[in-house]
Amino acid sequence: MYNRLISLIRKEFIQIIRDPRTLALTFIMPVMMLFLLGYAATNDVRNIGLVVMDQDQSPSSRRLIQAYLNADYFKLSGVVFSEKELRARIDNNTARAGIIIPPGYGKTIAAGKTAQVAFILDGSDPTVASTALAAAVLIGQAHATQITSERVKKQGLSNMMLLPIDVRTQVLYNPGLVSAYYMIPALIGQILQFLATMLTATSIVRERERGTIEQLIVTPLKPWELVVGKLTPYVLISFLDTLEVLAAGVLLFRVPINGNLILLLVLSGLFLITTLGIGLLISTIANTQQEAMLTTMFTILPTIFLSGFFFPLAAMPTWLRLISYAIPLRYFLIISRGIILKGVGLSSLWGEVIALLIFAIAVMSAASLRFRKSLD
Amino acid sequence: MSFETAMEIVIKAENLTKRFGDFTAVNSVSFSVQKGEILGYLGPNGSGKTTTIRMLLGLLTPSAGSIEVLGINVQQNPEPVRQQVGYMSQKFSLYHDMTVEENLAFYAGVYGIVNRQRINAVLEEIGLTEVKRSLVQNLSTGWRQRLALATSIIHQPPLLFLDEPTGGVDPAARRAFWDLIYQQVEQGVTALVTTHYMDEAEYCTRVGIMQSGRLLALDTPQGLKKSMASTTIWDIHATPLLPTLTRLEKHPNILLVRLASDHLSVITAKDMDKKSLEHIIEQGNSKCVQIEEAEPSLEDVFLTLAGNN
Repeated sequence: MYNRLISLIRKEFIQIIRDPRTLALTFIMPVMMLFLLGYAATNDVRNIGLVVMDQDQSPSSRRLIQAYLNADYFKLSGVVFSEKELRARIDNNTARAGIIIPPGYGKTIAAGKTAQVAFILDGSDPTVASTALAAAVLIGQAHATQITSERVKKQGLSNMMLLPIDVRTQVLYNPGLVSAYYMIPALIGQILQFLATMLTATSIVRERERGTIEQLIVTPLKPWELVVGKLTPYVLISFLDTLEVLAAGVLLFRVPINGNLILLLVLSGLFLITTLGIGLLISTIANTQQEAMLTTMFTILPTIFLSGFFFPLAAMPTWLRLISYAIPLRYFLIISRGIILKGVGLSSLWGEVIALLIFAIAVMSAASLRFRKSLD
Repeated sequence: MSFETAMEIVIKAENLTKRFGDFTAVNSVSFSVQKGEILGYLGPNGSGKTTTIRMLLGLLTPSAGSIEVLGINVQQNPEPVRQQVGYMSQKFSLYHDMTVEENLAFYAGVYGIVNRQRINAVLEEIGLTEVKRSLVQNLSTGWRQRLALATSIIHQPPLLFLDEPTGGVDPAARRAFWDLIYQQVEQGVTALVTTHYMDEAEYCTRVGIMQSGRLLALDTPQGLKKSMASTTIWDIHATPLLPTLTRLEKHPNILLVRLASDHLSVITAKDMDKKSLEHIIEQGNSKCVQIEEAEPSLEDVFLTLAGNN
């Protein structure tokens, strides 16, 4: 048994080494995805183009504009003199937001009354718009508070005029709200899922496509030896990829690993059993490598959207959230984000661990039932 | 006693049938193979040869019938059979991105052979030593066939299944390959070989003729030719050749006519004589150049059997 297994694993490694391009891809792809998700796919909106229409042209109006530009949410993209022009700038995407300060703004403020300011937003990209909206309201309110306190100071009532509530917020785990911190733990799950499923499915289907599976079946290799021998190299590659992404995340994006690394790797292994099993199942269905690839895509793509990888589960309609319970990645994302960001241990994750265990057993049983040494 | 040993049966198939949906690939085939024989399985592509072999190896489950290989019921117990047989599939199941030596070492390992001597001995025996470091993808079909044979005999099986081992190579390479098969048989191995080359069937101890899933006949090449005793085979040189062929095909007293290189080979009933045949030919505008009686070939046997079914 030992010899049979070693021979198969050695053969698999020879074939992997003889195809250096695929091997390189399996190590380049995770880092590429890490960069894309770390830099490009960030929700931290900065430098929204703001076009200004200042009809007042007073020191007060200039102070307000400066207040908006001081926060790095907005950058000045131009000054216009009519509403029509302002709309045109938003229409042709040279600006995402516009502020209109009406004539008499400065006088109204000086008179101690409430002045009105218009803020116009491009809502076509909801992420940008919601950030801009929140920032616009917040900056406006802060500025208003400042004006109020200045008025009060002038009247010598400084100590009596305190705000009734002072909310102090504290963000746990990711105080800077950096997207990369959230994405990198998720990326580990995605890599374990995508690479393991794809590599397993194609490596077994390749044997079928080339006709070598027929020869393997007539050898004394037992079905489990065939499966273990074929999977071992890809387990190793997937694990190396996981370490690669972790190292890149820590070194390049300064992602803090707050929890136990060993626990993370052990639970990654548990998740890997499920994804390898899915690959094995696909290999029993697909007849060509192309079919295997497409089936993998078909299986993996929905999980990216339904697992909380990009979009928060809490924001989904109930029926979609119910579907997400059937997606193993969902549980692994909670585990990897929990360990890396929150630094939690097994005691906070046992529900997810049990869910992954159930998936691993179910998928592997289904795969081994379907994986037979026969051509029927 | 020695007679008993000589008659030892290694394959026994009874009413073997395989259906794929409505299509019957193998239709109630029965035969047995004795130790030390080369059983040739002759038939066109799609006649059910490969399906039969796959059932004998337990790769496909028969729809009906029973199989015993080396005294073991394959359906119930395929693994011990697989330990003792060598199989060379039609596709030459080799890894193209590995060298000759790596392929052989892999299959050796899978059969639990770690001894380098056995690997080297097989490389030597099959004449692969000079290409042992070449990648399979750079080798010609002839070399690949040899390697496929080498991988199927690495564990010294007493029974070999060779499925169209000589497809797509030149006659010299085919002849050389058959020498390798004989080498194995001389060491006491039994071989079941499928082919669609008539000349190769002549090298076999016995030949089974298969057509559309049926085993039409199974006998020694001599025995098969004797089955043609009620007919006469004629070699006919005539001009123009093709119109003569067309006319003969339509004549009720001509059983079979086919083109054989520069002449026609015609099968008639025994009672047909040279004169009346000449007469039939010259009824049209054709001229007989030469008419001679010929020995029946396996091709004549095959075509007659296939025509009758």
